[in-house]
Amino acid sequence: MKNTEILVVCTHKEILKTIVRLINSNPAMNATAAVSHEEALMLFSSGSFDLVLIGAGLTKEEEKDLIDKVESFRAKVPVVSHYGGGSGLLFTEIYQALSKQM
Amino acid sequence: MAKSILHTASSRDHSDHGWLKSFHTFSFGANYNPERIQFGALRVLNDDWVSGGGGFGEHPHDNMEIISIPLEGSLQHEDSMNNVAIIESGEIQVMSAGTGIYHKEFNKNSNDSVQFLQIWLFPNQRNVEPRYQQKRYKEFLKPNQFAQILSPNRDDEGVWIYQDAYFYIGKFDTSTKTEFTFKNKGNGLYVFVIKGNTTVNEQTLNERDGYGIWETERIFIEAGKGSQILLMEVPMEY
Repeated sequence: MKNTEILVVCTHKEILKTIVRLINSNPAMNATAAVSHEEALMLFSSGSFDLVLIGAGLTKEEEKDLIDKVESFRAKVPVVSHYGGGSGLLFTEIYQALSKQM
Repeated sequence: MAKSILHTASSRDHSDHGWLKSFHTFSFGANYNPERIQFGALRVLNDDWVSGGGGFGEHPHDNMEIISIPLEGSLQHEDSMNNVAIIESGEIQVMSAGTGIYHKEFNKNSNDSVQFLQIWLFPNQRNVEPRYQQKRYKEFLKPNQFAQILSPNRDDEGVWIYQDAYFYIGKFDTSTKTEFTFKNKGNGLYVFVIKGNTTVNEQTLNERDGYGIWETERIFIEAGKGSQILLMEVPMEY
């Protein structure tokens, strides 16, 4: 079965590393890291993702632009704002987003 | 007509890591429960017991208002903003995690366990500059009354956060009736019974039960003798 591909964008490199590690600890998921809005857009346009997770550090405008562009490229891919910066809410956010998609 | 939801103590998820025993009112960590995600802006209510000398190693947080209320014992806190502090029963601590913060917290005592509530609220703005605050409420807590210990206002007596939320705590040595009026229209109230029992409107609550009530302007609380109660007024839309 195909892994759930998750693009994570967060400008705080250490937190990004933690989130990617947590996601990759789940054998059914695979995380790709982006440290900026620009990198996220570039990776999204060239890859195939099931979910985009927006972590800390993007401006309101960058968050909105990312949401708008993901929607215009592939409307079915959910974009979720991540809160908490660790394992506390991460998997609930992912499962909730994926269940809404189904 | 007021709406309400009851979360009994026994309905909470439980995790046991040896040094940490935690009861989760809402979905947390590996415990995913789509029926129990949040109550408005209140996202996490963890009832934590950390054994002597145990603690949480360094870990990150972002974009969350993280509130700790020790009930017994004391916790040592250290964070990436160079705050080193000890918090104990009668105090409240808040971290606005914003753009990102690292911290660790340990039981200060090597023998006795520490009990504390860890509460997370969604912030009303993302990516704020991280901040730390700690306040002692024990001195302004009057017997048989609720005292406000958290609000969005910097000048209030307790701690402040980036959310239109208000917390109150009370200890009752006699049975006491209180009418509680909401601060803001559109807010809900989550009642958590720390100790003893209480009645909210017609609903009886026992120790560690939680009860959310919304779409109303006021409620009636009858705190039982020997009870300790935490009230959390939070926006239902945020």
